[in-house]
Amino acid sequence: MKFVFSHRKVSGLLTILPAHERDFVDEMSNFNFPLARSLKLKQVMGYDKHRLVDGLVCVSDLVVFGLEYLFKQGWLGRDDFDALVLVTQSPDHFMPPTSNIIQGRLGLKRDLLCLDINQGCAGFMVGLIQGFLLLDQPSIRKVLLINADVLSRKVSLRDRNSYPLIGDAASITVLERSAEDAPIYANLKTDGTRCEALMIPAGGFRLPSSPETAVLEEDSEGNFRSKDHLRMDGSAVFNFVQVEVPPMIEEVLQMAGTKMECVDTFIFHQPNCFMLQKLADRMKVPYDKMPSNIVENFGNSSGVTIPLAIAFNLKDRILAGDVKACLSGFGVGLTWSSALMNLGPLNFCEMINYQ
Amino acid sequence: MEKIEKILQEIRPEFVFTPETDLITEGILDSFDLITLVSELDKEFGISIAGVDILPGNFCSIHAIRELLKQYGVEP
Repeated sequence: MKFVFSHRKVSGLLTILPAHERDFVDEMSNFNFPLARSLKLKQVMGYDKHRLVDGLVCVSDLVVFGLEYLFKQGWLGRDDFDALVLVTQSPDHFMPPTSNIIQGRLGLKRDLLCLDINQGCAGFMVGLIQGFLLLDQPSIRKVLLINADVLSRKVSLRDRNSYPLIGDAASITVLERSAEDAPIYANLKTDGTRCEALMIPAGGFRLPSSPETAVLEEDSEGNFRSKDHLRMDGSAVFNFVQVEVPPMIEEVLQMAGTKMECVDTFIFHQPNCFMLQKLADRMKVPYDKMPSNIVENFGNSSGVTIPLAIAFNLKDRILAGDVKACLSGFGVGLTWSSALMNLGPLNFCEMINYQ
Repeated sequence: MEKIEKILQEIRPEFVFTPETDLITEGILDSFDLITLVSELDKEFGISIAGVDILPGNFCSIHAIRELLKQYGVEP
């Protein structure tokens, strides 16, 4: 599916990271593999540091902390926005929506559209498209796109496929109308037939959590996880990304009538640096145009990795002026989506720690 | 051929490799070993094996790896 938006922009960006940093080297003994093999992975995949929440910290805790920070800084007024779109796979509860919980905890106005979207690695793109669509309504002046996940709480400590790369984080992105008519091109694709490549099998209504679903099972590669844990078919996901993403990027460039070399930066979801470098090689994009440093510094925080990569790598550039950026998210669903747009100048772009 | 064997030996020193050793179905290489192998082959031969070629069938034996490398203009 293709989308074209005009008179839309991102006007501010804040990321919220748990303050507690973990180190892959300290965790290697949890895994059922020789240390030398795990160290190899550190080099190839970029496993190093990652940020995880402590205890029972939830999505709404990170987001409320971030919004209070924005209000205190004066970068956002409590009544400045009319829609709050939260993209998460780790809601505080099945019901009510976590966006409503956030509205209630902050005492925000009742005249506010609160919307939860269940999406993961493509969640920034899905939220961006949804947010831009909402801005068609004259009554909506600004949309807060919030991406947040605390998925580490659903990953087995003894799963070398997922635990070393997982990260928790939140981001708040302000979307609003722009006087400038710089078109934004986007596309999005879905393949639910491959939905089991990334899933948490138990805990929903199909397979409720029980003592049986909590039992750790060993997979063919020596990882231990239960049905309550996140499981990822790494090979299937890798192949999906390598096959589907490059033609999707070609498509969005064609929509815009532009070429790869005219794009200033490619900010992609950050599963691991190996996967991104293989994408860059295939697309003939220089590595310095496609940052792949988020997993090694913060972990993979699903839909937050794109805003985090923007804030970590582009802050000064997008505060000062605009950057032609190709954004792309891909993962759970399976869902994959991209956009070509000018980013900046932003009113604020900041990274803070959740204390 | 020796270079491929040497790389495999570094990744899994506990095994003895022959050209026909089944690397995948015998569980010698797991999915992450495969990634390590690709990374090492890229470095050794100055190539970038395409992501779409990183399939178990292309790495199931030293013979298969050799055939794949030929497609990248490499005679190991």
